[in-house]
Amino acid sequence: MILEATASTAQLAPSSIAGILWVIPALPIVVSGVIALLKQPQRKPATGLAIGALSISLLLSLVAFARVVAGWAHGIAVREVVNFTWARVGPTGLELGWVLDPLAAIMLVMVSFVGLLIFIYSVGYMEHDENFTRFFCFLSLFAGAMLGVVISNSLLLLFMCWEIVGLTSYLLIGFWYQKPSAAAAAKKAFITTRFGDVFFLLGIVWFFAQTGTLLFYNHGLGSLEPLSLAVVATNHAGLGLSAAGAIGLLIFAGAAGKSGQLPLHVWLPDAMEGPTPVSALIHAATMVAAGVYLIARVYPLMQVGAGPGGSTTALTVVAWVGAATAVFAALIAVAQNDIKRILAYSTISQLGYMMAGLGLGGVAVGMFHLITHAFFKALLFLGAGSVIHGCHEEQDIRRMGGLRVDMPLTFATYGIGMLALCGFPIAFSGFWSKDAILESAQHWSVAKTPFYLLVFGAVLTAFYMTRQICYVFLGYWRGHGEAHESPTVMTLPLAVLAFFAMALGVIGTPAWPWFHAFLENRAPGLDMHAFIEPSFLALLSTSTLIVAIGIGLGWWLYGNKSPKPEAPDALEKTAPHVWAALRDRLYVDEFYGVTIIAFYAWWARVADWFDRRVWGGIVAVVTWLFNFWARFNRTLDMNWVDGSFDKSCEELSNSGGLLARVQGGRVQNYLRILAVAVVVLAAVLLWSSRP
Amino acid sequence: MESPLAGYLLVAALLFAIGLAGALVRRNAILVLIGIELMLNAANLNLIAFWRYGPHPEALTGMMFAIFSIAVAAAEAAVGLGLVISIYRHANTTELDKMNRMKG
Amino acid sequence: MSPIFYLLAVLTLGGGLAAVTLKHLVHCALATTVAFAGLALLFLQLDAQFAGFAQILVYIGAVAILIVFAILLTRGSDLPKEGVFSKTWPVGLVIAAAVFAVLGWAVLQSVHAVPLQTAAPSVTVHDIGVALVGRYVLPLEIVALLLTAATIGAVIVAMHEKERTR
Repeated sequence: MILEATASTAQLAPSSIAGILWVIPALPIVVSGVIALLKQPQRKPATGLAIGALSISLLLSLVAFARVVAGWAHGIAVREVVNFTWARVGPTGLELGWVLDPLAAIMLVMVSFVGLLIFIYSVGYMEHDENFTRFFCFLSLFAGAMLGVVISNSLLLLFMCWEIVGLTSYLLIGFWYQKPSAAAAAKKAFITTRFGDVFFLLGIVWFFAQTGTLLFYNHGLGSLEPLSLAVVATNHAGLGLSAAGAIGLLIFAGAAGKSGQLPLHVWLPDAMEGPTPVSALIHAATMVAAGVYLIARVYPLMQVGAGPGGSTTALTVVAWVGAATAVFAALIAVAQNDIKRILAYSTISQLGYMMAGLGLGGVAVGMFHLITHAFFKALLFLGAGSVIHGCHEEQDIRRMGGLRVDMPLTFATYGIGMLALCGFPIAFSGFWSKDAILESAQHWSVAKTPFYLLVFGAVLTAFYMTRQICYVFLGYWRGHGEAHESPTVMTLPLAVLAFFAMALGVIGTPAWPWFHAFLENRAPGLDMHAFIEPSFLALLSTSTLIVAIGIGLGWWLYGNKSPKPEAPDALEKTAPHVWAALRDRLYVDEFYGVTIIAFYAWWARVADWFDRRVWGGIVAVVTWLFNFWARFNRTLDMNWVDGSFDKSCEELSNSGGLLARVQGGRVQNYLRILAVAVVVLAAVLLWSSRP
Repeated sequence: MESPLAGYLLVAALLFAIGLAGALVRRNAILVLIGIELMLNAANLNLIAFWRYGPHPEALTGMMFAIFSIAVAAAEAAVGLGLVISIYRHANTTELDKMNRMKG
Repeated sequence: MSPIFYLLAVLTLGGGLAAVTLKHLVHCALATTVAFAGLALLFLQLDAQFAGFAQILVYIGAVAILIVFAILLTRGSDLPKEGVFSKTWPVGLVIAAAVFAVLGWAVLQSVHAVPLQTAAPSVTVHDIGVALVGRYVLPLEIVALLLTAATIGAVIVAMHEKERTR
């Protein structure tokens, strides 16, 4: 291992935090292994280890973040890399390494902070579950792997951690594996993301082949640095794409799988089979964000070849897919009745926004929405978990209601999260992040359609969230039993997340765009006049209008009414066919079932037939040949070889017997033979001497 | 007129054939030995006949030969009969057919 | 050929024939003795007096007695059940006949080469004694050795095995 820790610009001395950055993901992974070795009932050690490890990771992440901020404050673009070669193969080898730059630093803090809050929440939520320790083992493993994805400087290391993240997602979705639906959902998630990962791997291999290195940044030799990018940009890949564009699209395919973009989104709603903290952590805040983070990470590759203010093929595709996903998922969310399903489709929709932000506006725009979304979506999920817990494991919103009275804390925090998600102006972070995306969509040079799609999506978002709030918290209680508030260990994280859902908006306003400046390494500049610029005011009014229409429509249709669970939905009454289509998720799963799954089943049958008949046939023929040959040999051996040998031995024996009879042991016979011999001899002599 | 030698020789040949027949035909071992003695006697007769009617009878060759033959024949008869007695003690029979332990 | 010759020939041959054809072993032994006697007389006829008397002494006096003793010790008086002649006696007879035929042929073929009557040699015992220790001393010694070995051998072979099995 050859460790080289340097800063990309020589002004600051290489920091010690970059050298031990690997501890941040390694610690939770190690703890996960330790917990795996514990016996089941030992909850306190498991909890202590997991939360302790992640706290230390959070601390180290904050130190790293401080380091980067310090560098940025001095005007230095901090990008510290630590690279090493894992296995040498001739001149190159498998290069791994980690990087510390603003993007990584922000993600580190977000993942460890939100992760820690959810860990604490899980202590209360999973209290009655007997597989408590297994849960924390997997959670810890996930946290470590996600942090690994964040700091990875090598495509290979990123892919390895990416796959571990997928694995833990599978393990956690199928946590209650005795339920067939949970096991099926886990399998679906794994296979769908794996499908995307195939393209991702192709992209990695192609990228490596083009640039000759697996590392992103390596003092000018890395694959995302200008030298390599020039190579990739000029090579052509057919279909009018440059190699960069093709690789970018392949990597986006992998991101699309992980982040639930349009064709590969089918696993996310089913993933709600897992425990709610899992949904909050993995399927809202972090894992699904990994795809967005990946695109942000390889943004130089996606962007190469674009003129100023222009776009590349890859980014255009990203933007369109994102916009389409946003609207598609929002439409389906309108007609769902499971509290977590609504949030799942909302997540898919917001992921579409993030991707659109990346494609339309750049890294900062997309990442800002990612960070704010992490907080308020985690908040919403944990709130939903609190609601489910309080309603005695009820998940159908038509059997809830009036919870603002029974669960006030949950209601308050949930409300804050909902408003953040809708993009309620000024006070909520979601407004600022979504606003940035809409602004970049409006100024996109290629087309204006994504802007209209995103606006429509925002209206739908406000609408369905209002519907959910009306069903769950307003009106009167329609469920069974008594609803009760959740314990403090669950409501405290809610409060913390709610605070951040509101406060994070501050760092992304046009007046003081700290976030964007931080990522792009420029000074933010405090400019209150940005608030009264015409473009900003126009956008502000547009957003307000969007939110007003959405919330107003929702209130008008659902308001304080609490229809009976069996009664059709208000919207359903007006357009039953549309409603049915939306409720059945626009038949995407069924489409897949008919095409891909049916094809795969057919293919499996063909392969089975082939295996049994053709290969099995060949094996049978060979076996038969061998048998025949063996039997033939045996016959040969027994009848010919043995037989001839036996026969000749028999003949020998017989002749010996015959000969032996001469030596009969009877003296008189000997004498007779002697006499005969003498007679013959004498006769011959006499005959020859005749005169 | 033929020589008397031929007569003696023929008698000896006949005696020899009779002795041989006895040795080949009889079952009892002692009779085989008797046959052998007859054969030896026939040979002695031959020797004496040739000595009498052959050249240089004063050399006593024939006579000596015959005397020595008698002596050897006596010794051989003693040993042979001793063997027969010994075998009789072992196998309790003197039949030659039953003494075939030397068979192949 | 003098009539004595024919008489003695008949005696000898008759004795021999009787010796091989009689059933009782003792009768055979006696017939053998007769044959020996005939032969001794034939020797006398041939002017070989010493050989004749030696024949009587050794053969009749020792060998015949020995045969009788052997018959006695092996219970030769008991007759075997299957008969005295072996099962394949014609073969033996034919072989003996063939032998006689060959010998006879040889004799008759060369009968003209044999000289006629020669003078009777006069042989004294003194001459025989001189010849024995003179010219034929080596055969004498060897025969002596042979007789010793044969005697010892016969004694050992025929010795009662009772001593050995004790």
